[in-house]
Amino acid sequence: MTELLLSFRLAFLVTAILLVLATPFAYWLAFTKWRAKFLIEAIVALPLVLPPTVLGFYLLIAMGPRGPLGKLWLALFGHTLAFTFTGLVIASVLYSLPFCIQPLVASFERLDPKLLDASRVLGASKWRTFRKIILPLSLPGVIIAIVLTFAHTLGEFGVVLMVGGNLQGITRTVSISIYDHVQSIEYAEANQLALTLLVISFVLLTFVYGTNRRAGLRWLTN
Amino acid sequence: MADELTSPSLSVRTKLARSGASSSPFLLDVDFSVPPGITILFGPSGAGKSTVLDCIAGLITPSEGRISVSGETLFDGAANKNIPPQNRHLGYLFQSPALFPHLTSKQNIEYGLANLQNGEREKSVAEILKLFHLENLASRKPAQLSGGEAQRVALARSLVTNPRVLLLDEPLSGLDTDLKNSIIADLRAWNAAHQIPILYVTHDRSEVDALGERVITIDKGKIVQQGIPREVLDAPRHERLALASGFENILEGIVKDVRLDDGVMRVVLNGSTTTIEVPLGHEKPGDKVRIAIRAGDILLALEKPSGLSARNVLQGTLQSVEQRSATMICKVNAGAVLEAHVTLSAARALSLHPGTELWIVLKTYSCHLVA
Repeated sequence: MTELLLSFRLAFLVTAILLVLATPFAYWLAFTKWRAKFLIEAIVALPLVLPPTVLGFYLLIAMGPRGPLGKLWLALFGHTLAFTFTGLVIASVLYSLPFCIQPLVASFERLDPKLLDASRVLGASKWRTFRKIILPLSLPGVIIAIVLTFAHTLGEFGVVLMVGGNLQGITRTVSISIYDHVQSIEYAEANQLALTLLVISFVLLTFVYGTNRRAGLRWLTN
Repeated sequence: MADELTSPSLSVRTKLARSGASSSPFLLDVDFSVPPGITILFGPSGAGKSTVLDCIAGLITPSEGRISVSGETLFDGAANKNIPPQNRHLGYLFQSPALFPHLTSKQNIEYGLANLQNGEREKSVAEILKLFHLENLASRKPAQLSGGEAQRVALARSLVTNPRVLLLDEPLSGLDTDLKNSIIADLRAWNAAHQIPILYVTHDRSEVDALGERVITIDKGKIVQQGIPREVLDAPRHERLALASGFENILEGIVKDVRLDDGVMRVVLNGSTTTIEVPLGHEKPGDKVRIAIRAGDILLALEKPSGLSARNVLQGTLQSVEQRSATMICKVNAGAVLEAHVTLSAARALSLHPGTELWIVLKTYSCHLVA
């Protein structure tokens, strides 16, 4: 059960951090007129196509005693980031970034720009426009971003293994635990964890599609 | 005219290169003033009308120029001053109502009143709901409103903030005539009570007639003419504007002779020997001219009329007749093909059908020279 709790703790933290970081980032990506924005988009989407081991390898190097991130951490806290829970969180934030940012950008871009113009002309600052118009109208996108980020972090394997290793209670997540069980021919234990993940994923997705439908209807009725 | 414009409340001077994807690129270069009351900004689509409004509202930044309202500068390219749209305190109604879909009509109207205290806000909203006959729609969401209702809520939302200037971008296009008229009546009533500069963009001649005290015509980013609607639109100096202001016939011809004493000249229409008499222009014999004629200004007769003051009586053959709502569109070949509009009863009385031999009667002053 420690593995399951650890995975949930990781997924919660990563989702929370990403929401705070990715929302302004997505806002900028959706509304900037900067011509080189496609470069940033490509970088953000990299984790989607890179083998997790490649991303994990470079993160491990960066977090190690000779890497920039590792050196910084060493100077600040007296240890490096590799094979720690914090390191795992940082790696997961990067790895799950596209899953959080893409639904947000898509729903921001789908908004009728005339609504944003109307809000500005009616005296609302950009911040008020964001809170009162953009965010409520993008709620389905925000929910999708939360669920995808959460589920994706919950199930990651390659990056976790590269960066975090396999330390019980610190970096051993559910997926790694399942792999361990299979390696040791403990199929019953593997099945227990795998089934738990399967059910959780299914419930989350049902929630997404259900909410999306109701969110869509909410503006039509009541 | 000049007196009206001496104390303008909105003055606009902007330059901006537009490279729109939908329209051909052009340089917007306008300089005009809008006194209190309704001023129409008229011109064919793609002329730059909406761009002018966006510049005034601050949604587009001109490359140079100056925009001010009642002495307060909103934009000054030279002084590097550009007040953001939310601080300009203007009303702007788009072609689409652009109501916030997740808010009720009432919440939409309240949106621009965030700075007011609760009691004051409630009072203003209640007043405007009553004024625009929207009380029973107050708790509806935009998706539950008809097009006309939604546009009326949007108008109320703009006006409840007591804007210093009201900008309207073809707000009535797509609405049927009855709705148009009732919204126009509301707007006129507001105008009478508040007297702020209202700049109304349209390419619909009937809206100009219903609303305009003043009209500024614009084409390809430049101001072509300004004045009172009847003078400007009944004597358009540009072909594109002539077409937009309801001149169905644009004829080309060569000046045959000029009669200075009579104040007229005679023009031979291209591709025919037909000669018509038109008012005197600056052209010399042999020059090319273009003549705009309203289809409604053309008289049709079955026999050659005599004893008329009208100087142009042309013989022709009816090519086609087509009914469009309460009007019969007749195309008559009299050397050149002319479109004439007659009422249904007139068409019946003359039993018009293709092939009918006809006489066309045209006053000299119904022929307008255009560039």
